[in-house]
Amino acid sequence: MTTLNSKVPKGDNLSEKWSKYKEHINLVNPANKRNIDIIVVGTGLAGGSAAATLAELGYNVKAFCYQDSPRRAHSIAAQGGINAAKNYQGDGDSNYRLFYDTVKGGDYRSREANVHRLAEVSGNIIDQCVAQGVPFARDYGGLLDNRSFGGVLVSRTFYAKGQTGQQLLLGAYSAMNRQIARGKITMHNRHEMLDVVKVGGKARGIIARNLITGEIERHSAHAVVIASGGYGNVYFLSTNAMGSNATAAWKIHKKGAYFANPCYTQIHPTCIPRSGDYQSKLTLMSESLRNDGRIWVPKNIEDVKAIREGKLKPTQIAEENRDYYLERRYPAFGNLVPRDVASRAAKERCDAGYGVNATGEAVYLDFASAIQRYGKEQAKIHNINNPSESKILELGEAIVEAKYGNLFQMYEKIVAEDPYKTPMMIYPATHYTMGGVWVDYNLMTTVEGLYCIGEANFSDHGANRLGASALMQGLADGYFVLPYTIGDYLADDIRTGTISIDSKEFDDAEKEVKERLDFFINNEGTHSVDYYHKKLGKIMWEKCGMARNKKGLEEAIQEIQEVREDFWKNVKVPGSLNEFNQELEKAGRVADFLELGELFAKDALNREESCGGHFREEHVTEDGEAKRDDKNFAYVAAWEYTGKPSEAILHKEQLEFKDIELKTRSYK
Amino acid sequence: MNLTLKIWRQKGPQDKGQMVDYKVTDISEHMSFLEMMDVLNEQLVNSGDEPVAFDHDCREGICGMCSMYINGEAHGPDRGITTCQLHMRSFKDGDTIYIEPFRAAAFPVVKDLVVDRSSFDRIQHAGGYISVNTSGNTQDANSIPISKVDADEAMDAATCIGCGACVATCKNSSAMLFVGAKVSQYALLPQGQVEAADRVMNMVAQMDLEGFGNCTNTGACEVECPKGISLENIARMNREYMKATTKG
Ligand SMILES: Cc1cc2nc3c(=O)[nH]c(=O)nc-3n(C[C@H](O)[C@H](O)[C@H](O)COP(=O)(O)OP(=O)(O)OC[C@H]3O[C@@H](n4cnc5c(N)ncnc54)[C@H](O)[C@@H]3O)c2cc1C
Ligand code: SF4
Ligand code: FES
Repeated sequence: MTTLNSKVPKGDNLSEKWSKYKEHINLVNPANKRNIDIIVVGTGLAGGSAAATLAELGYNVKAFCYQDSPRRAHSIAAQGGINAAKNYQGDGDSNYRLFYDTVKGGDYRSREANVHRLAEVSGNIIDQCVAQGVPFARDYGGLLDNRSFGGVLVSRTFYAKGQTGQQLLLGAYSAMNRQIARGKITMHNRHEMLDVVKVGGKARGIIARNLITGEIERHSAHAVVIASGGYGNVYFLSTNAMGSNATAAWKIHKKGAYFANPCYTQIHPTCIPRSGDYQSKLTLMSESLRNDGRIWVPKNIEDVKAIREGKLKPTQIAEENRDYYLERRYPAFGNLVPRDVASRAAKERCDAGYGVNATGEAVYLDFASAIQRYGKEQAKIHNINNPSESKILELGEAIVEAKYGNLFQMYEKIVAEDPYKTPMMIYPATHYTMGGVWVDYNLMTTVEGLYCIGEANFSDHGANRLGASALMQGLADGYFVLPYTIGDYLADDIRTGTISIDSKEFDDAEKEVKERLDFFINNEGTHSVDYYHKKLGKIMWEKCGMARNKKGLEEAIQEIQEVREDFWKNVKVPGSLNEFNQELEKAGRVADFLELGELFAKDALNREESCGGHFREEHVTEDGEAKRDDKNFAYVAAWEYTGKPSEAILHKEQLEFKDIELKTRSYK
Repeated sequence: MNLTLKIWRQKGPQDKGQMVDYKVTDISEHMSFLEMMDVLNEQLVNSGDEPVAFDHDCREGICGMCSMYINGEAHGPDRGITTCQLHMRSFKDGDTIYIEPFRAAAFPVVKDLVVDRSSFDRIQHAGGYISVNTSGNTQDANSIPISKVDADEAMDAATCIGCGACVATCKNSSAMLFVGAKVSQYALLPQGQVEAADRVMNMVAQMDLEGFGNCTNTGACEVECPKGISLENIARMNREYMKATTKG
């Protein structure tokens, strides 16, 4: 059995570990790099930046993505921004402060050394992206602009309008294009990795399906990097792209890579609520809205009823009959409490029956007082004495439009209500997965030569991710961390030569993949893949969602097993193998979600504490807040697969906090 | 709402393809167009038929995957949006809706409504980048000041999502708006200027090689572009191209 060794360099001060590490690792001679192949699965920010950098260093890179182009990876959708400790604003930011905020924000469940390294390279990321032509926002002096995000006291978030993820991904994609043109990256678009191949205990290749022709292909390499993103779609409804999936991560888990903290998912508080059973995904409204919007539900349950029946409008409810519950419960932070706190508070109100839409799952995000405030301010600025009410509204709305116009427009398109005139409705939704494949300091999994980067791994965010940190981690891993750590490993492989794809190991893996696909096509079932995915999602949301308890989790495990059993008997997949078949793609992904879901519940059950995005109802303080248990649970739960999710074995990586004192998070 | 859908079905690139009629019932006006397609597909799967293949991923109007021709317009009747942002409230009970793939020689059909837009990628391989090493040894970002006006304009060009609506809607199947947007982003920034001439020459050459038509200034592309990419970008590309040809 593998022992869990984080490989964090011993000895040196935290702030010197990474630089000393780099000075002492083995290097691969440039002439030898030409003889080494690396497979990168996924071309989002993590995989795209890794592929480009590894190719530039001289390795032969084979990159894979399921979309028709790397530019369409889910990273494209990130809105708000990317953090970096540049201290351009002179407000006291530093590597240490970014490190500190990230560890605290993650509720002390991330690995100190990794987070410190992340903070150290964050500044480089911005330099790199600017050099590539990423059009970050600028101020009038031509210098880079910053904004501030939840959970921190400095302005360190770089952004490109509300499309930061898009611009960063296009930057990484352009770096890839340069290498594709040079022949150093072979890009396999519309290919899905369906298994990893191990030879002599080391990752030496993958089995992939060409999604257009259906052909099953073998690809070999000296090392394999998984950058396949997060598994939020285990909930069916989430803010993730429709195709985001766990397959690559789950397949490597089954081949020996431990899966860490699967129950750590982030529920984002400001999403557009679900409107009906047909709904396919949830749309995020940027967190920045909470800077000006006030969150409330009616105080009286009769008012709630009248609203749901359409007899009353929210604007008709008098100020004294509104419950601004975040301001009431958290006077210091108010509407700006971190994501996990805001999400739970909304759920608490809705569970108590105060939800304001038809499904009872929505609260108001109200801009009326911001519009008034800005309107009056503008009237003064423009020397308008005794402005009329309509003038105030006009002036105020103009300011709100300048700040959030595109978001208001997006809301109106989806909901068909004017958020300038009536409060928005919002509800929490699954957004980001902090759990993922366990990796050591080198970003290697528990399988030799198999790496995992970006959202697919677990290491940097602990139990709760702060805004604008995922993009930072993806690019840090891909541009600046993996290219060093993988070289140290590959230095031993310079004489290995090309890895053959004609071996028993490849035969076996391919056979397994084919059998599974055959099963789907030939099974004469009765229910569609979505039918099962929705069932799983419902269990996950109700019993493994924002708040969980022992009884619910035990039920969830049971129910997921039942759905899975039914799936393998009665799923129906039309069409054939050797063609473009989107139902077949979905079937494989949902099959994996049905196993991961169970491990998720098992992990949540094991963690007898509340921390970050993970709230156990049994572990609360007297006033109903999350209660962490550092004595017993300051560890990473890394699960080893042994045949069934129910039989997974728990390994613990004890977390040490030497540079930061463990403290209770409080936002009162 | 009850609707009649007339959808292009084509098994593969070699197949001839044809329009097929379908009926969907109880469609809510709150559904997105793609959710309406999900309802149809669920219906087809349940009755043992093959669902309609269509491209989509983010369903937020940003990835550029969802390409469809709806009632003769790329991304349907509303302006400034992608198909995933189109909602059924834009239609009426009893409507007949025609749904077809984007049609252009450089975008061959893969299946049903799915087309192959890899020609866009190849144009970018030809020069859609700044040749900078990803080593982390670049100069400090603030040592390259860029005026806010230029940065904003570069950003506007860079918002292109590579959806191909401009090509699909153009009677010449020209890719000038897409390539113009790419060229403009880099032309407006100080980075990568040394290779500006090669960049525009190579990208334009590849665009021609892929079989895209020529621009005859009809402006249909700008009207259909979900991201409001303006014709000015085509003009800028032409200027850059002229500059490049006269230089060498
Ligand atoms: C709406 C939204 C807004 C966000 N906003 C922000 C923000 O403002 N700031 C921030 O820091 N973070 C934000 N995030 C989070 C952030 O976008 C993601 O965590 C990050 O982009 C993940 O990058 P990645 O490279 O790890 O994975 P992804 O971008 O998800 O890429 C996954 C890649 O893997 C490929 N792939 C997956 N499975 C397979 C397979 N089996 N075979 C082959 N290829 C495969 C895909 O094709 C894709 O190329 C946001 C997320 C969402 C959903
Ligand atoms: S220019 Fe507009 S229409 Fe053309 S690909 Fe870009 S976003 Fe789409
Ligand atoms: S699905 Fe991404 S733009 Fe429509």
